[in-house]
Order: sequence, then structure tokens, then C-alpha cells
Amino acid sequence: MKKLLLFAVFAMTAAVTYAGGYRVSLQGHKSLAMGHTGVAVVNSSELVFFNPAGLVYLENKLNISGGVSGVFSDVKYQNVQFGTSAETDSPVGTPFYLYGSYKANDWLAFGLGVYTPYGSTVEYEQDWVGSHLVNNIELAAIFIQPTVSIKIADQFSIGGGPIYVTGSVNFNRNLNRTLADLDGNRSDVTIDASGVNAWGYTIGAMFNPTENLRIGFNYRSEIILDAEDGTAEFNDVPNSPLAPFADTAISASLPLPAEMTVGLSYEFCDKWLFAFDYNRAFWDVYNSLDIDFADPNIPDSQNRRNYKNASIVRFGLQYEATSKFTLRAGYYFDESPVQDGFFAPETPRNDSNGYTAGLTFNVSDRLQIDASFLYLHFKEVDASYDFYFENGVAVPFEGTYKSNSFVPGLGVTYKM
Amino acid sequence: MKNYIKYMFVASAAFLASCEADFETPITDEGVYTSGTADLSNFVSVGNSLTAGYADGALYITGQENSYPNILAGQFALAGGGDFTQPLVDDNLGGLTLSGNVIAENRFVLSANADGPFPARLEGTPTTDVANALASPFNNMGIPGAKSFHLVSPGYGDVGGVLTGTANPYYARIATSSSSTVVGDAASLSPSFFSLWIGNNDILSYATSGGSGVDQTGNLDPTTYGPNDITDPTVFASVYSQEVDALVASSGQGVLLNIADVTSIPYFTTVPVFSIPLDEATATALNAQFAQYNDLILPTLVTFGIISAEEAASRTISFSAGLGNAPIITDTDLTDVSTILQGPPANLPEELANLLGQLRQAKADDLIVLPAASVLGTQVGDDPLQVNGVSVPLANSLVLTSTEQARVATAAASYNATIQAIAAANDLAFVDARSALAQVANGGVSYDAGLLTDAFVSGGAFSLDGVHPTPRGYAYTANLIIQAINAKYGATIPQVNVGSYPTVTLTNN
Repeated sequence: MKKLLLFAVFAMTAAVTYAGGYRVSLQGHKSLAMGHTGVAVVNSSELVFFNPAGLVYLENKLNISGGVSGVFSDVKYQNVQFGTSAETDSPVGTPFYLYGSYKANDWLAFGLGVYTPYGSTVEYEQDWVGSHLVNNIELAAIFIQPTVSIKIADQFSIGGGPIYVTGSVNFNRNLNRTLADLDGNRSDVTIDASGVNAWGYTIGAMFNPTENLRIGFNYRSEIILDAEDGTAEFNDVPNSPLAPFADTAISASLPLPAEMTVGLSYEFCDKWLFAFDYNRAFWDVYNSLDIDFADPNIPDSQNRRNYKNASIVRFGLQYEATSKFTLRAGYYFDESPVQDGFFAPETPRNDSNGYTAGLTFNVSDRLQIDASFLYLHFKEVDASYDFYFENGVAVPFEGTYKSNSFVPGLGVTYKM
Repeated sequence: MKNYIKYMFVASAAFLASCEADFETPITDEGVYTSGTADLSNFVSVGNSLTAGYADGALYITGQENSYPNILAGQFALAGGGDFTQPLVDDNLGGLTLSGNVIAENRFVLSANADGPFPARLEGTPTTDVANALASPFNNMGIPGAKSFHLVSPGYGDVGGVLTGTANPYYARIATSSSSTVVGDAASLSPSFFSLWIGNNDILSYATSGGSGVDQTGNLDPTTYGPNDITDPTVFASVYSQEVDALVASSGQGVLLNIADVTSIPYFTTVPVFSIPLDEATATALNAQFAQYNDLILPTLVTFGIISAEEAASRTISFSAGLGNAPIITDTDLTDVSTILQGPPANLPEELANLLGQLRQAKADDLIVLPAASVLGTQVGDDPLQVNGVSVPLANSLVLTSTEQARVATAAASYNATIQAIAAANDLAFVDARSALAQVANGGVSYDAGLLTDAFVSGGAFSLDGVHPTPRGYAYTANLIIQAINAKYGATIPQVNVGSYPTVTLTNN
């Protein structure tokens, strides 16, 4: 009965987002409700993120959109061979966005966006069976992006802008599977780096061959977060020169991969809009997570990731039901960048299906309330991380994972 | 449209309710793991230090948490197992006090200095006082130090007998009365399933004391035994049978473990026999020193019929330049000639006669015990001519000779035959711990990150006392028991990953 009800709900509504690795696709409720499509949809200032080239086609002079999502995610792990199990107790994530665009004249628009496309909060129970890989991780990055959009011709525009990123990461794991202090408290380390800044850029183009059809292209550059002055804090380390772990500085770098999107939107039967996006994320830049401890007594930590480039296919549908309500639904398939043997519990992501839905309520001509929700479904998967070493011997961490996420979101759009 | 919003809320609520990810077959589901025909709801484990979780020469909390019964109980919980209680001590130091006086030392930890790692007693004042009686049976009834007959001996838990040696401090802590017995207290819990691993100490204290006790085979009264004696096999069979009878009464289900060979533990295998380095000059000087003993005294004793020619040959001392000289030892199984040597014709002074009285050089089949490591090669009274193992024989307590080993092996074989026969007679699961431990000692047992061996400190299986397992060694033991239960009762209890269990603890005082 529960399944039937859910099916009915999905059938009525539809669409979802989120993405492989630590990418979080929640950059606008209108787009998210349509499967996080938008590279060829001219709808709101969410275009600052999805395709700056489209801003110049917005009808109003000033467009502002802002919103926030609540990410409720749950990961379960079990190992049938040994009877071990774990479940994350992650706090609710709250990615947000704020976009504004201003149309200076018929061919020129400016925009500004603040959004959080990368982030991950995963909390396992301290000292769980995979604690030598991760106890908890919190990764956040805020993107700030000034934007310009230029109409070259009625059918063609371009846009883009620099991106300033400020990020932070906090990561805790046990030093190995067994080291503990005299009272049996497992030795762990917390890596913390905040205020890590970097620059990147985004560029886009939009082509409108007919009145009903738009084609869009967008590219966001790779951004490497280099943490130069992070800290490593060691806890519950035994008092012994054989375990020389003292708090020290660290450096590490975390890549935010480049992402390319092409897509189209098509208006039909007056009130309907169909959108399709194809994303390609260039995750192969994430080869290894290496932590360099300043203290020479502490061996550097090398953690192979070996991500591969991954694609996402997105579909969305919009229906202007009444003058007050616009309904949206969507679906996407998100290919995981994680390869066999590299499935680490810190980002337990296999291929997923996203189902999304949402609506906009027109409070007035100027003010809209946007709501969306996303159900992200991961298939149960048997996976392992094979690159953890103990005394030079690879000790795979194997098990079955099952995760899902439910992400409701609310936002407003103001136009004048 | 209002309806639509309502539906949206309902849909949201449904999503939130279904937000939790669920496996198709969660391992917590009933039936994923089963206990077969066994009832694990009330598991009681009876035995000695091995059952208690004793390690590193002491009983301390984290050791108890990694006792094999506790590891088992954790896995049993996946297949209908119930709560498992243990008489946890009060600290991780491990020592015991009685009315404020320390009666058991703290644990060993692995310390390190510029020369490298070494086992050291952890400093600190123990807080576990035996007089703070818990007076309650526990699911873990492992009593460190207990021999087979102690488990059915009234008064073994009488705190008043601890200092005089008639009672056991670990049992006195939990005994339900001054006249209760360990097995009686265990049986009072009406176990639905039990384990019994007892008999190790019936030979082990003799072995670890270098054969200082008496082989009591033939003496059927255990109340007359000393602490380091070997228990008579008939006594063992009798008390073991009583114990199993008491424990099977409530359910008829359980598992018995047999006794390992002492030669499988690092206490006896770490210090090599041929370990003394000598240069040419020293070897020559020593040989000259023992020339009279070898060439005159021993042949004369043979001539007078006091010792046999074989004994004379076995007593001959010989050193050579190089690394592999065996120490000289006192062997109490040799004919004691110290009195004879003081009389004519030798007329040796008393001190020298005593030194030569039961003297021989260690041989390949002797076992030097672990504590000898800190004695061998050291000087007596800062006298460079008095070197332990070279000019001063190692005490009897530091060497388990081949003769003594034979006594231990004979008794152990008899105990093991009894255990296996009683397991069969009562239709109980049986674990051949002897063979399993021999495998650890001969080549090792592989686990996900290497080999579990009997190498002292580094092998992973044995704690720093050289006798008791580490948590990893206990986890291996738990897996042996799970295998036996699965086979006997058709159960599907999962084994544990021994690589997840720690070995020795690093700490500097």
C-alpha cells in the first residue's frame, strides 16, 4: 500500500536532484523541480547558475531568487560475513542560493549569484567498523559569481563570469583499525581547514532557433581548493614514542571538478514546457585525497579515489496550471564517479535516480513562492574500498550500502 | 487547488516517513542468522583466566571487554542471544588489592625507549579491591588461576582464604557465599547454553614455574596439592565430569574446549636455548674452568655407580666461540650429588658442590622461560665472574626441561582424552583448541592484514605475559567456537573479523 501511494505521488509529481561525489545539485527550486534542468530554460534568475547567457532574455528588469533546501539523507551499511552494521546520523544539510539579475538594456544584463554546489555531511557513529576510513566529514563550499549576459542577436546570446569560492572541510577518522589509548579509547584525527579560497569561471551560450525552442550550453571550470594552513588534531593517542602523533599543520587539496552542460527546452500547447539537460562532470581530476602532515614524524596520508568522469541525464516538465500555480516535475539519472574498488564510506554514492516535483505560487505579479522536493534513490550496492593499507597489506573494506535522500526546499522569486 | 496543497503535504509526509534507507534483507532481520537447534538466550561461560579475558599479566576492563565469551555474546546477539554480564574490574591498571594491600600486579604494557620497545608493568595504584564483594553470579564465570578441581571446591570464594592461598581473589569478588562453588554459581543461572574451558592451569603453573612443582599423578587428593603441581588425570576426569553434569542440567547444550600444548605459547618459545655469545678467550677460560667437572668428577661418579654413563654424558659442559652457546642450568631431575661432592675423595667446598650438584648445560629440547630473558647474561652481585647462564646456572624455575615437558604432555593428553570423551558422551560441541593453537605456532593463521603467529609482541596472538592471548587472539578463539557451534547445532552465527581486534597496548609510564 505504501509503495502504491508513493508511486501515485511520483506519477503526479516527479523529478529529483543531487549528484555523484560531493556535488549537491540543488541550485534553484524552479529548476530542481524539473529534474534540475535549466541550461536552456529562461524562467528566472536561477540562470545565473544554470546558464548566464540566458539572463538577457528575462522579461523583467530586476529578478531576484533565493531559496534553501533541507537535505535529509540516510546511509546504511552492513557486512553479512561478519554481522556488522552501521547507519549514519547526519545532520540536516541546508544548501542555499541567492541570485539577482539586472537588465541594463535590450542586449546587456548583469547578474550576481551566491550558491553552494558542493558539500557533504556524513556522520557515522564514532568507532563504527569503518572508522579507520571515516567517522564524520563536513565539506562546504560557497560560490560567489558576478555575471554578465550579452545578446549578440535575437537568436543568440553569451554570458559568463568569474567564480570566487570559499570552502571548508572538517574530517575525522580513526588512525587505524586498532590503535587505542590505555583505556581503550580509539585514536583518531580531526583534519580541519576553513577559509580556503580559490577562483574559477563559468561561461554559457544560448541559441533560440524558433520561438518555442531553446538550446543552451554552459561550462563551469575546475576549481582546486588548496588548504595550506589546515590543522590536524590527534585524540586519544597512547603515550608512547611508538605512536608519535602530535597536533600539527596540514596541507591538502580537494578538487571541485569542471562541469559541462548542454540542453534544450521546448514550449508546447501554450502552457507546457519540456526541458532536457545533459551534464558531464570531469571527476577524473579527483585521483587521490592526500594529506601532508607538517610534522615529519607523521607519515603523509594518501587515499586513492580514482574517480572517473560521469554523466547525468535530466528531464523536466512544467505546466502553467492556472494564473496562480505553475506545476513542475522531473527525473534524472546520476551516474556515480566512483569506480569499483574505490567505494569509500565518506561519499557513499553509487548510481542514483532522482525524482523531483515542485510548484510556484504567484502571490502577486511580482512575488512568487517556489517549492520543490527531491527524492534521490540509490540502489542497494555491494561495494568495497580496496586501498586501505595495514603494514603494507591492502585490507579491503567491504559491505553492502543503501542510501537515499529526501530534499524539500522553499524559496521566493521577486520580479520588477 | 487547496486540495492539491493538501496532497502535497501528505506526499511530503509520506516521503519523510519513507526517508530511511532500508536493505532488502537487513542483517538484523530474524532468520538472517540462526542459532540452529541451540538456544543462546542465556549463555554462561565457565573457565579460568582465558575465559575471564585476562591478558598482559592482569585482568583489566578492556581485556574483559575483549574476552572470547563477550565476543561470542556479541555475535550470538545476532542469532537470538541475550544479555551477557561480566564482573568488570574497576580500572584498566589490572592489579588487585585486598583491604588496601596490593595482592596482584598491574598489567604489562609495551613501553619504548631509545633502545626500542620492551614490556613494562604499568605504574599506578590498583583500585579493584577484592573485599568489595559483588556476591552475584555473572554470565562470564572465568576465574583467573582456577584449576579443574577449584571450580567445584567450596571455600574457593571465601575472601578470608585469599591471603592464605585457599581461596581465589577473583572468585572471592563475585562468589555468592563463602562456601559457594564456581560451577554452582554458574549453574544457578540455568544456562540455556554454556561453554567450559578448564584444565589449562592443571599443567600450566607447573610449566611456567619451570617444573618447580610436583607431578601429582597417583595422588587423588587435590587438597594436598601445591600451586605448581600437575593434577592427577583421574582427579581431572572426575571433577570435569561433575562440572559438565552440573552445567548441562538446565539445557543439555554447550561447548567444551580442550587444552593447548605449552610449547605453543611464547612464554616458552621466545628465549632460544642457544643464545649466549662468547669470544674465543672466554670460551677457552670457561672450558678450563669446567674441565675438572667434565673430565674428573663426572667419570668418578660413574665409576662409583652414583650416576649412569648417560647422565654423565648429559651433564658435560662445553662452550665455544660464537653466538650459539647454551646456558648452564640446574636440573632437579638429575641426581643430586652436592652432598657426595663435599665428602672424599672430591672434598669440594659446600658452595661449589651445590653449584655442581644438579648441573648440566641446556639442550635443544629444553625450553627457557620468558622471564629468563632478563636474567641470562646478567652478573650476580656485580661480579664479572658470576654471570647467569655462563658461570652461574639458571635456576630450575627458569627452564622447562624435556623431562618436565614430557610430564606436562602426558597429563595434557590424558585431560584432552577426557574432555573429548565427555563432549561426545553428552552430545556437546567440541573445540580442538590444541590443534588450533598449534597452527598459530607453526606457520601462523592468516587474517585480512597478515598472519597471526605466536611471535612474542609482534605475532599478534599473544599478550605481553607470553601466555594469554591478545584481543585478536581471543577473537580467533571465539571464531573457533562459532565454527564448532555452527557445525554441531546447524547454526549460522557469523564469525568476527579478527583484524578489527587490537593486539598489545603501547604506553610509556
